[in-house]
Amino acid sequence: MSASVDHFSPDKNKLNKIAEDILKPVGFSKSFMLWMGFLTMVFLICGYAYGIQLEKGLIVTGMRDFVSWGMYIANFVFFVAVSLVGMLISAVLGLIGYKWIKPIARIAEIVAVGFAMVAGLVIVVDMGRPDRVHHVFLYGRVQSPILWDVTVITTYMTISILLYFLPLIPDLAIAKGRMNNAPKWLVNLYEILSLKWNHSSKQFKILMKSMRILLILVVPTAFGIHTVTSWLFAATSRSGWDSTIFGPYFLTGAFVAGTAAVVILMFFYRNSFKLEKYLTDDHFDKMGKLLVLTALVYLYFNINEYLVPALKMKRVDALHLHALFAGHHAFLFWATQLGGLIIPMILMMFKPFRKPGVLTFLAVCVLIGAWFKRYIIVIPTMEHPNLPIQGVPEAFMVYSPTVIEVAVTLMTFVMSLMIITILSKVFPIIPIWEMAEEASHEGDAEASKTESLPAE
Amino acid sequence: MSEDQKKKFTSDEEYQKATRRDFMKKLGIIGGAAVAGSAALVAGMKFEDKKGKDGYIRAVNDDNELITVPKSEIKYLKPDFTELQRRGREGLKGRKWVMVINLAKCRNARKCVEACQSAHHLRPYEYHINTLKMQDGKETAPYYMPKPCQHCDNPPCTAVCPVNATFKRQDGIVLIDNERCIGCRFCIAACPYSARMFHWEQPKNHEEYMHHEEEYEELMHHGKINEAAELKAKIDYDIELNVPQKKGTISKCLFSADRLREGKMPYCVSACPNGVFYFGDENEDAVTNGTTKETVRLSKLLRDNAGYRLLPELGTQPRVYYLPPKNRLFDFPEESILPEDGHHS
Ligand code: SF4
Ligand code: SF4
Ligand code: SF4
Repeated sequence: MSASVDHFSPDKNKLNKIAEDILKPVGFSKSFMLWMGFLTMVFLICGYAYGIQLEKGLIVTGMRDFVSWGMYIANFVFFVAVSLVGMLISAVLGLIGYKWIKPIARIAEIVAVGFAMVAGLVIVVDMGRPDRVHHVFLYGRVQSPILWDVTVITTYMTISILLYFLPLIPDLAIAKGRMNNAPKWLVNLYEILSLKWNHSSKQFKILMKSMRILLILVVPTAFGIHTVTSWLFAATSRSGWDSTIFGPYFLTGAFVAGTAAVVILMFFYRNSFKLEKYLTDDHFDKMGKLLVLTALVYLYFNINEYLVPALKMKRVDALHLHALFAGHHAFLFWATQLGGLIIPMILMMFKPFRKPGVLTFLAVCVLIGAWFKRYIIVIPTMEHPNLPIQGVPEAFMVYSPTVIEVAVTLMTFVMSLMIITILSKVFPIIPIWEMAEEASHEGDAEASKTESLPAE
Repeated sequence: MSEDQKKKFTSDEEYQKATRRDFMKKLGIIGGAAVAGSAALVAGMKFEDKKGKDGYIRAVNDDNELITVPKSEIKYLKPDFTELQRRGREGLKGRKWVMVINLAKCRNARKCVEACQSAHHLRPYEYHINTLKMQDGKETAPYYMPKPCQHCDNPPCTAVCPVNATFKRQDGIVLIDNERCIGCRFCIAACPYSARMFHWEQPKNHEEYMHHEEEYEELMHHGKINEAAELKAKIDYDIELNVPQKKGTISKCLFSADRLREGKMPYCVSACPNGVFYFGDENEDAVTNGTTKETVRLSKLLRDNAGYRLLPELGTQPRVYYLPPKNRLFDFPEESILPEDGHHS
């Protein structure tokens, strides 16, 4: 988002062409219906699994008194993590002034909205008494990290929705007149949501100003949300969690996961929405570089997180690390570290691996790795309490997730996908007005030949 | 009544009720189970005392003051739910409960475990207290260690609870309110002593309570108010006993707060056949052995026997002390319970 736009006077032809390209995939196509139908079906089946959990209690999960947090909490951390990419791309890169993020910013915000909205539900799914959610508001104790979590997640979600919606307004106004074969309700929706936008410079001034404020606000909120999430663990004295770098460790990990998620979505939009002109090879190349950068920083924190306790080998730390490096969790640990982080990172350092197809494949590896990494952070620690586990059934000693747990986790993913799908079919996925603006400027520059634009 | 307490009552009416009770308590009604007059009618229960000869009675109230009250003014009743909750959160004034566990005497009879489980309606594998087989190092001898909640003075569990469903009372006890607990299990994650358990499924006596609930509805339906009230008192949640237990909430050792209120020893302490447990009040510097009933100075007992606490480096300040397993009275069946690598699994 460039803060310099105070009036909107794009080249008419270019605007028409861009609007046509971007608006083409909008609307409920047959494949959309099929996909949504499929999602709904999966949702219902998984919802039934959750029904069983409500009825019988958390006994239907693999969790017991010792490993009392499992897949759900790992999944919660993952959701919060992925949602942070909205902040990274629109705010951090946007405020610095990178122009290439323009067509990607909205995709990043969609990911942010889709995952932040469901993150709150993921934690409710883990609660023993979801019927008492309101107690958090009735009796909330500000000293508890859970309360901070609730507050910042809600704030982040609100800001993300605004960051998604505000730049959409001019697009809706542009789209209004061009939606010839769209259903009536969609046209009406655009009419209402475009808030009487008429591209006046006064309106742009307000838009730019509010965007700037939001972009600045979202940075501390996003840092807050994931730091606080990491404190759910770091606030305890368990080995594996009792760490002072958990905040930045989680935050950098979040950027890796989120960037990977955006790459995957970009690839999908580019191919099925025929947006090759707007999501170019160059964009993938840059996102690949961004992914390498975030992965490098994350790797640095990983080394700190595992090497320092490994040098000391305190009694319980030793048990924990042994389980990770060579014991019960070794396969998963090395698979996530190597397959989900180090190998993709090294590959992506070379240009051929940043081509859209290959990059997307690597991003999928990274994203799956990121999910299991959360699993590795949450579960093994709980298997090694300070005092021995004795006199309990076998199931209390090791955690293995149940089918119901997997189904309920799947349900949360389906919900996110539904939100993302709907947002990307109801509204244009690429900012039309910003693209038109850009194209016109390029045109001007070419015409006058007063300066040659740098490759950026 | 402080602002804080006021907030606990959800409706004005409840608050009024509570204030009235507070007031009447100050007038001096016998502690424990007595609340007078209209409150009794409100609660729908009354257990009238026989008229005394001289018409007056001397008693100690909740604030430990000796008072005289006309007998005719007294009505005994089982406190209702609101009252149970209020006094349960407050705790016993002027007390600092403390437990001492003598490891030299434990032979893993597990009578403490059984007594506790039966009082708190727990299954055999659900523990408020468990006896663990311990061994500190390869060259040291193994021993048995009963482990209840340590009732930490700096409890990490209460610090993380989002809804104040687990809290520290003035008498040192850490309790839980399973009417409020949302089941997030953050407290389990935070407790370094694995002292907490969760009701993953319907608790053991669930059916029975369901049955009582139905019975209650029926009695109310037939207008049998008094019987209904009596039954209600039996099935009402008692925060100091944490019974009835509830699905999706936490339970843990409560230092048997209900027994302490009655002036009795905790269930586990009196059940031990081997004299392992001492229990008492730190303010009085006295603890009593649950088996022998012998009362000794707490400070002397700890000093003479090198008493210690578990994981002191965490700064949790437990209220449970251990006496080392020296000169053990009972032999451990195995030489060593440690696996080859020297660590507990
Ligand atoms: S032992 Fe655990 S549950 Fe008990 S007070 Fe200490 S931290 Fe809380
Ligand atoms: S499980 Fe219950 S008692 Fe424990 S922290 Fe959560 S709400 Fe508090
Ligand atoms: S003090 Fe009471 S609650 Fe605690 S272990 Fe003993 S019997 Fe159970």
